[in-house]
Amino acid sequence: MIPALERAVELAIGAMLVGLALWSVLVRPRFASIVGFVVFGLLLMLAWMRLGAPDVAMTEGAIGSGLAGFLLLSAAARLRCSEIRRARIGAGEPQRARDRSPRRSSIVALGVGCAAVAAALAAAVAALPHPAPSLAPAALERLPELGIGNPVSGVLIGFRALDTLVEKIVLVVALVGVWGLAAEASWRRAPSVDPSPEIEPIRFLARALPPVGIVLAIYLLWRGATEPGGAFPAGAILAAMAVLVLAAGLGRLPPTAARSLRLAICAGPLVFLGVGGLGMGVARGFLDYPAGFEVLSIKLIEVLLTGSVAVVLLLLVAGPPEEAASANGMRRPEPPL
Amino acid sequence: MSVVAALLDGWTVLLVCAGIGFFVAGTTGMLRFPDAATRLHALTKADNLGVGLVVLGLLPQVARPAEGFKLLVIWALVLLASAVSSQLVARVATDGPPIEEDRNGRTAPAASGTPLDRSGSVGAGAQP
Repeated sequence: MIPALERAVELAIGAMLVGLALWSVLVRPRFASIVGFVVFGLLLMLAWMRLGAPDVAMTEGAIGSGLAGFLLLSAAARLRCSEIRRARIGAGEPQRARDRSPRRSSIVALGVGCAAVAAALAAAVAALPHPAPSLAPAALERLPELGIGNPVSGVLIGFRALDTLVEKIVLVVALVGVWGLAAEASWRRAPSVDPSPEIEPIRFLARALPPVGIVLAIYLLWRGATEPGGAFPAGAILAAMAVLVLAAGLGRLPPTAARSLRLAICAGPLVFLGVGGLGMGVARGFLDYPAGFEVLSIKLIEVLLTGSVAVVLLLLVAGPPEEAASANGMRRPEPPL
Repeated sequence: MSVVAALLDGWTVLLVCAGIGFFVAGTTGMLRFPDAATRLHALTKADNLGVGLVVLGLLPQVARPAEGFKLLVIWALVLLASAVSSQLVARVATDGPPIEEDRNGRTAPAASGTPLDRSGSVGAGAQP
């Protein structure tokens, strides 16, 4: 492409990003604001692609736009339900309903805080020396020692494996936090995804799409060693497929007390820890893979991490277990996923 | 440049331009058409034919057959997603949403009346 045209496309993407971000913050209806946020994430994918970071683009699309968008939409639907319930119950006392919305002063404080963070980040980026300091050449030089070709995977699972390990543990801790929100009566019950009110088209999609999604996830996991992909995007796609099946009412989650579920949550981080600990005995230290078995260790960790990431993301989206208030005969009981 | 390569490039330019034409028409329709059903009509044409023509146009440019196959799969997935999402939007538009948000983002019981006539009630509830 002609450089001027490339520059024009990049400027257009940047301008649309800023415009969409402002719009999604300023627009009043919740639904419109969330749609703006989702589209913002998709445009951000394009921006990351232009910056030559397809790995980041994939994660942004799957997590930032897809799963976070779903989470926000279901939160908005719940808020709407509780607002209606409150409007029905407290029709005579609108004062109390108004009291529960955030005060103007806290909204202003939030806005000022966010603007300050954004300004500080912009200043930090602007203050970077040119060219920015980089460890990329050193990482690329040592990459052959790991036996994998994708530098992003090499850094994530090799050179900075500690960061990745802690990140996966943080995911589990986040899930513990979400489950901690469960009411006493529903503790140990099964979490669930609210079924879509318009069930037929979703049901069709939930039957047609998962085979494609599963193949795609395996493909991303497999080629993550040499090209963009890897455990996190693969896990996110698997989680999305499972959310679809649950939203269509075609499956159920096992209860939080189920041992198999808890094992699936912990398997990835535990094996990661185990292989890392093995390095203290047979290699040069914690998270140093044994010589000659680098590729095997990395593959083992990545496969199990994919499963755990998928399960944890799905459970984060499903939220804490709740009393099945609206459980009716509509949902066919099926074996848990 | 051989004659075949020139012909293939011509095919690409022709079909991608036709695809862009459908996108422009679809976008115009979505902005200008009066109600949800006609706007959906405009939108699905952009998805189905616009993406399809762009994909068909790009097919001669791929380096390996696998890339061409991926392009076709992308088209098929876009078709699937657009069919399902337009069904969902159309159902909400004809049945009417159970509740609506007013311009301040507060929820209120849905107003009575024929839902299809309420412009702006579907998709982006943010039309000023």
